[in-house]
Amino acid sequence: MDKYLVSPNPHVHAAVSTRSLMRDVVIALLPALAVSVVFYGWKELLVIAVSVASCVCIEYAITRWLLGKPSTTGDLSAVVTGLLLAMNLPSTTPWWVVFIGALVSIGVAKMTFGGLGQNVFNPAITGRVFLLISFPTYMTHWEMPAGLFGADAVSGPTLLGRVNEQGAAAVEGLDCWQTLFVNVGGSAGEISALALLAGFVYLLCRRVVKPWIPLSIFATVALVAGIFHLADPAVYTGPVFNLVTGGLILGACFMATDYVTSPMSTAGGIVYGCGIGLIVTMIRYFGSYPEGVSFAILIMNMAVPLIDRAFHQKKYGRT
Amino acid sequence: MAKVTFKIGGVHPDDAKLSRGCAIEVLPLPQTLYVSMAQHLGAPAVPCVAVGDKVKTGQVIAEPGGFISAFVHSPASGTVKSVGPRRDLAGNGVTHIEIAVEGDEWVEGVDLSEALVKEIPQDRTAMLDRIKVCGVVGLGGATFPTHVKLNPPPGSKAECLIINGAECEPYLTSDFRVMLERADEVVVGAAIMRRILGDCPCVIAIEENKPEAVKSVSGAVSALGYEGISVLTLKKKYPQGGEKQLIDAVMRRQVKSGALPISVGAVVQNVTTTLAVYEAVQKNRPLISNVLTVTGDCLPVESQRNFLFRIGMPLNYIAGYAGGVPGDAAKIVSGGPMMGKAVADMDAATVKGSSSILYLSESLTRRKPESACIRCGRCADACPMGLEPFLLNRLRKAGDLSGLEAGSVQDCIECGCCLYSCPANIPLLDHIRMAKGQVMGIIRERAAKARAAAEAVSPKEVTKENK
Repeated sequence: MDKYLVSPNPHVHAAVSTRSLMRDVVIALLPALAVSVVFYGWKELLVIAVSVASCVCIEYAITRWLLGKPSTTGDLSAVVTGLLLAMNLPSTTPWWVVFIGALVSIGVAKMTFGGLGQNVFNPAITGRVFLLISFPTYMTHWEMPAGLFGADAVSGPTLLGRVNEQGAAAVEGLDCWQTLFVNVGGSAGEISALALLAGFVYLLCRRVVKPWIPLSIFATVALVAGIFHLADPAVYTGPVFNLVTGGLILGACFMATDYVTSPMSTAGGIVYGCGIGLIVTMIRYFGSYPEGVSFAILIMNMAVPLIDRAFHQKKYGRT
Repeated sequence: MAKVTFKIGGVHPDDAKLSRGCAIEVLPLPQTLYVSMAQHLGAPAVPCVAVGDKVKTGQVIAEPGGFISAFVHSPASGTVKSVGPRRDLAGNGVTHIEIAVEGDEWVEGVDLSEALVKEIPQDRTAMLDRIKVCGVVGLGGATFPTHVKLNPPPGSKAECLIINGAECEPYLTSDFRVMLERADEVVVGAAIMRRILGDCPCVIAIEENKPEAVKSVSGAVSALGYEGISVLTLKKKYPQGGEKQLIDAVMRRQVKSGALPISVGAVVQNVTTTLAVYEAVQKNRPLISNVLTVTGDCLPVESQRNFLFRIGMPLNYIAGYAGGVPGDAAKIVSGGPMMGKAVADMDAATVKGSSSILYLSESLTRRKPESACIRCGRCADACPMGLEPFLLNRLRKAGDLSGLEAGSVQDCIECGCCLYSCPANIPLLDHIRMAKGQVMGIIRERAAKARAAAEAVSPKEVTKENK
């Protein structure tokens, strides 16, 4: 009999692993990555490659050589961080800046806290914010896409950057719905809302994430922007503009939904999402930065332990 | 009617009912049977035969060892060869009565005919007594003595009798075959229990992946024409056959933590138990046999079987009769893949509650290496009790017993959904089960202390209560 296994129940396991979940996130990011490469060309491809390779290598080096543990890069979470970091950077970012971003993302935000599952802050956003503060020239200078097929590259501020400098009038008459398809001028993660949403729908269908966090972010942004826009349309941009521009869709669908740094319960997720939505609009309207999605997510990341304490699953027979 | 299911949690494993097409076959008797004294929940039965005694099929060979205990009967006629400890399928030493089989000569007074007895007796107490004397226990897994469950304590009233035909465990098809082949007897059994419980409504609940069973039982219900019995189709979801989950699905009521189903007016009995009740009450036939599925992912479909076995048949006898253990079996499980027990010893004998011999392949059953929790929350989404396994596991690591109790670890039904759905392969249930044991110990100790303190203050009142 000793050739048979003996262990407690259950004796079967669902066909899901950390690696399969991360692989699904990578697949979900592919449409947006493809669109950005088409529009920004080989420079964008270089940023993505450097970012992913740096994230994976840094995690491997830290786990194997610094901690002396088996490598965890096989779970693909470093690949996801690398892709998300790249999508938060302009295609003109020099390779060494991308590398520093990866170092902060993986080395500081993820590994110092104990690796996957232990980090308080979203690694990709931490890296991005570090770069934004340290290298503002590289981070705020956007190149109007020349693309793989395009002619000359033109540089200029993003839509949100123009609003930040000149007020809502700067984007008057803009067809917001057009930006859903291609929103020129920005980082890879801002270029096509539609491609991002397609990826997110894939994640929903595969049951990798639940829709409540992004939905509560979108609802809060729409509500708050709606109220301000009604009060003074000349100063405050409208709800549709705020939903489709900047990194809101990327942030809401792919970064705020990060398992590790978001609340466990559905109710907690909604509170977290509303918090992000509120902070985003406040930064956009009143902050010195044109865009606030990264800051909003990081601020709400800090609140997650508290939210998890306050909101729990509904138990059977205990109401 | 709209299909229903339970509200909280649950998972959808592949149901793999590979043996659904195999009709129930009667297993021939082996030369020796080993009858366990611990075939039911509660106190083990006490042998009442001695070595050398001649016994007949259906003769009482052991008596209840307490209030929650059950009679055990000889599964064949022959001679008692030994009474002593033997390893059960978990490898624990349990008293067994070894019977050298000489034939199948039944005791007097058992109706062995196939004729359906439709008339329901009126005497409730006599029926309960018959169920008790025939050693009927719950065959859905817990093997709780049926007569205790059918006799609610004073002050509580049954409002709904639920016949559990969910069979939500993957692979198992014994309940399915019983519903298909013996629907009439199951329905009469349901009518008997309904009568015992004071004519409360009865719902026979069957999962949607068994449409043939729904059809067959519905046909029997309308053909037999008893009042108050209906068939309900359930959505397929594990662990629907769990008592608390089934009550929620059928009655939309939740049993409070620590309370019995009867507190919300529910009595749940498995379909095979219902058949045993029929045989006990209408045929005076003690529970000495049950249906078991021989199945698994590494057993060819043509080798799969549903057997009517006698209790005490060793597992290796049944496995051998069915063609032997497949070469690529890595684990042998008694019961379903979600809640069954891994067999440590194939010499072990079947018991009243045996439901399967399940052969699982290495790739299906071998646990994968554990990695870090990624806080995905899948365990909490899957838990049918609404617990947070990731949190309980962390509290256990921290040794926080009061936190574990506040997190309701004691409510865990050990269904395995958390471990099943964990992408990091963290052995959540292993850890939670241990923590649950510790917390239950503390709760019991506290209750005992409270009782002792109450007795010390006013001994008279307590004695009154006990009366």
